[in-house]
Amino acid sequence: MSEDSAEFGNVSIALTGSGGAGVITAGAMLLDAAARAGCYGMFVRSSGPQIRGGEAAALIRLSMQPVEAQDDVFHLLVGLDWHNIERFAVELPLAANSLVIADPANGPPPEVIIETGARIVEVPLKDMAKAVPNGRPNMVALGLIAGLTGLPEETLQAALAKVLEGKGEKALQASLAAALAGLATSAGLEFDRRLPAATGHEKSRWQISGNQAAGLGAIRGGVRFVAAYPITPATEILEWLAAGLAKVGGALVQAEDELASINMIIGASYGGTPALTATSGPGLALMTESIGLAVASEVPIVVIDVMRGGPSTGIPTKSEQSDLNIALFGLHGDAPHIVVAPASIGDCVFTANWAVHLAESLQVPALVLSDQFLGQSRAIIDQPADLAFATQRLTVETVGDGYRRYALAAGGVSPMAIPGTPGGQYTAEGLEHTPRGMPSSQVTDHVAQLDKRRDKILGFDYGDHWAQITEDVDSDLAIITWGSTAGPVREALNRLRAGGRTFRLIVPRLLAPASPQRMAAALRGVKRALVIEQSHSAQFFHYLRGYFDLPCPADSYHRPGPLPFRPGELVEQIANWSAA
Amino acid sequence: MTENPGIASVADLLAHAHAMESEAHERYLDLAEQLELHRNVEVATLFRKLAQIEQLHVRKILDRVGALELPHLSPWEYRWLDDEAPEAASIGEAHYMMTPHHALSLALRAEQRALDFYSSVLEGGGNSSVQELARELAVEEREHVELVKTWLAKYPEPGADWAEDPDPPVYQE
Amino acid sequence: MNTQTVSASAARAYKSDVKPVWCPGCGDFTVLSAITKAFAELGLPPEQVAVVSGIGCSSRIPAYLNTYGFHGVHGRATALATGLKLARPDLTVVVASGDGDGFSIGGNHFLHACRRNVDLTYIVMDNRVYGMTKGQPSPTTEPDWDNALTPGGTGLRAFNPLVIALASGANFIARGFSGDPVGTARLIVEAIETPGFSFVEVLSPCVTFRPDQRDWRNAVRPAPVQPTGDIGAAARRLMTDDGFNLGVLYVGSRTPYQTHRTAAPVSPSEIEQQFAV
Ligand SMILES: Cc1ncc(C[n+]2csc(CCOP(=O)(O)OP(=O)(O)O)c2C)c(N)n1
Ligand code: SF4
Repeated sequence: MSEDSAEFGNVSIALTGSGGAGVITAGAMLLDAAARAGCYGMFVRSSGPQIRGGEAAALIRLSMQPVEAQDDVFHLLVGLDWHNIERFAVELPLAANSLVIADPANGPPPEVIIETGARIVEVPLKDMAKAVPNGRPNMVALGLIAGLTGLPEETLQAALAKVLEGKGEKALQASLAAALAGLATSAGLEFDRRLPAATGHEKSRWQISGNQAAGLGAIRGGVRFVAAYPITPATEILEWLAAGLAKVGGALVQAEDELASINMIIGASYGGTPALTATSGPGLALMTESIGLAVASEVPIVVIDVMRGGPSTGIPTKSEQSDLNIALFGLHGDAPHIVVAPASIGDCVFTANWAVHLAESLQVPALVLSDQFLGQSRAIIDQPADLAFATQRLTVETVGDGYRRYALAAGGVSPMAIPGTPGGQYTAEGLEHTPRGMPSSQVTDHVAQLDKRRDKILGFDYGDHWAQITEDVDSDLAIITWGSTAGPVREALNRLRAGGRTFRLIVPRLLAPASPQRMAAALRGVKRALVIEQSHSAQFFHYLRGYFDLPCPADSYHRPGPLPFRPGELVEQIANWSAA
Repeated sequence: MTENPGIASVADLLAHAHAMESEAHERYLDLAEQLELHRNVEVATLFRKLAQIEQLHVRKILDRVGALELPHLSPWEYRWLDDEAPEAASIGEAHYMMTPHHALSLALRAEQRALDFYSSVLEGGGNSSVQELARELAVEEREHVELVKTWLAKYPEPGADWAEDPDPPVYQE
Repeated sequence: MNTQTVSASAARAYKSDVKPVWCPGCGDFTVLSAITKAFAELGLPPEQVAVVSGIGCSSRIPAYLNTYGFHGVHGRATALATGLKLARPDLTVVVASGDGDGFSIGGNHFLHACRRNVDLTYIVMDNRVYGMTKGQPSPTTEPDWDNALTPGGTGLRAFNPLVIALASGANFIARGFSGDPVGTARLIVEAIETPGFSFVEVLSPCVTFRPDQRDWRNAVRPAPVQPTGDIGAAARRLMTDDGFNLGVLYVGSRTPYQTHRTAAPVSPSEIEQQFAV
């Protein structure tokens, strides 16, 4: 079910190719041009397992409204070649009114394309490129797409100039000439998805990926030390932070493995520097023992997990929300900690910033569950608000005799002596300990410290940040979802509202500690709830059932990755559920 | 007996004597604490007594030092005959089930080493005031050796099974 | 009296009032006192020192010191200390491990700590056994040492940590013996004073599970050679070493790894301009 929103100005484009065809670069340029033209949009990459030269697809959605999901179908598919396109076919849904641009030099389009019934038009992309000195087919395709979607020529020129900056004037001119050839050809083609001219924006807009956004949030929160081991799809956070930290006076260290990176950040934070690491599921699994150390020794740290398909090495380049259980329950012992999840690409800035604030304020590890879809998608969004938290770790300046690092203070947070503070010397301890930090196996110490570590987290005022509660807050039907699934759900609910059906949407950012009272309040008046998530075993649903004591009957719609949720799929699921 | 010609001045000798007595004092305290922790009260008490005696010796040395300025010596600059300050009881020989006989034998060896040290200074020559001080200190040390000997005589050597513990060690961490 | 002498009491000031749980006779006691002597000799303010350890009898050391300390998880002490030292280059950071902690579960971090050459002093109390867990073989245990977990011995060749340290890039390599507290204190002083990653193996008998190690007293000897900066000579020396030569065996001149921090940091709002359309 695809409820069209062409009147809003909304087009989805796929550009495919392989072996150095340059579709990803062209996609990035298209997004940049669209940003300059005043559009919103989203750019998702899909690629084969090859490191270089494999088949790849640039999936771009442009709109006059903010978009947070891929659309149900692609309105325009441009194939620079068809190598191994079967692998992508399922990711490239086409409709009968979709337009497919095929280069006759590649022979007839493959069966998977033809059988969709889409309109196929032949354009000799390669020959057109050859006609331009040093011209490349991807630039011809880019110009063609820009023309078909109505992006002004000057935005294309500016985007090319930006991306090709440093490649020399000759390269720029060649690319531009090829693109302009494509643009000229578009005039003769029929396509009903031209975007209207933008009418200026109240807010300034950003072009950013979720991974960059998370890095920025961390820096805003005060993180100045990062240690990490590369892993897809988290590496871009680290690469962005390596440069970003250098500018703000911090540093990033590449560790020998995740066991080291987690311990390095614990060491740095113990020394007083807010510290973070970013990883994906396999790395998080390696880190869990030491996250428990940070819980016990009360050292603030932030760990971002950019989730991918699991278990084991799983599907490194595709999204899934299946690390929820390990993030919530992966630590041994009773180990209260924070788990938060951003609800959109832009929200990665806020949530990472908030995670640092919570970790520092509560002297605990805070885990941030992002995912491949949020992390690696690049989007044009409204500039996220800067909610500048007054983050401050509770420390001691001067210490009298008998400093007690783990004192049973009201609220549970006890002041921390930072090395260098005279008289504050103590040993941070992973063994259960007395208030002074001496190892202890006494029941009274164990219970007192367990209570302390629990109470500081439960007693904290998380304010309204704990969840986004939106859409139709008076509806007695609620949808509960989290993380990247919130985007397609929001779009589905918009479509349903247009059809007169309304739902309350609850997207918790704060996943741990469980907040049953807050959830109960958010669900007041709700008769039924549907829990939607991208997990084969419905981890979120079971968590809500087990720990939130939901006040109403709840059903689950869940499925694993690697395919993203599209709004149409969710419209259908939600409509069926609400009619039942 | 090895000669110890290295001690050149009274201040130097007093620096050695002071370090030796304080190390001995600290060492007996350490041993007392170790055995207290292992609930060997009898030997712990004995080590505490020995520590007290050494503390008196430290005071006596300090009285002799008076206003004299002592040289700064790094731990490895002392000219002991052995690896460490001679009067400090050898910590590696402790055992959680050790008996007063073992403790006093340990102490006797330490006191004897101290005496040997002063004797070596005497034999090493040096100026007359160093000689005179070394002689006095040696006399005192000999008294300690005798004291510990009489003490030790009250505790005959235990049977070969003194270290037998029917329980195994405990698994930890 | 005006005594600047590093007396027992100056060293004692670096001890905390926590009483070690070690077995009387354990070599670790002497390592503890060698560390305090070294700190006293260097005149380090206790609040400017952090001692980081893993898990094991030997790793209990931080709590017994009146400095800052971190008793972390098994095997990861060098990593934690690396983070601390990089974030706080002003501190003197010392790492303490056992042979199991440092060479088995922490083996990979050992290689990379040597290779990274951060200005740390790494003291491994080698007793060729897992003391804390009741006497299992470690990577440095003799192949035929009989024990309950590997009856008849592991049959595995013992690991040579000094050779590994040299090959991996440690800048200072020394061996001490707990029965020689003064010599050990001196090695620790030199290790701390030498920039970069300094590795000090201290033979430290486990009297409970390896009572045979009481004989180490008779086996050790001062290395019959001078410290060298020649890596080839050091390699030959360490490869043919029987494990009982004491002293500084290698001192290099590699520049320690540090993270560069700009003196003119900009605010986060400046760097976010890159995202503006
Ligand atoms: C992850 C983990 N695995 C195993 C243990 C159990 N454990 C504690 S100490 C230890 C070995 C310690 O041996 P070593 O480092 O040689 O120190 P020693 O006790 O001999 O000083 C082991 C295996 C643990 N604490 N954590
Ligand atoms: S078990 Fe061994 S290593 Fe552990 S304290 Fe006892 S003697 Fe020392």
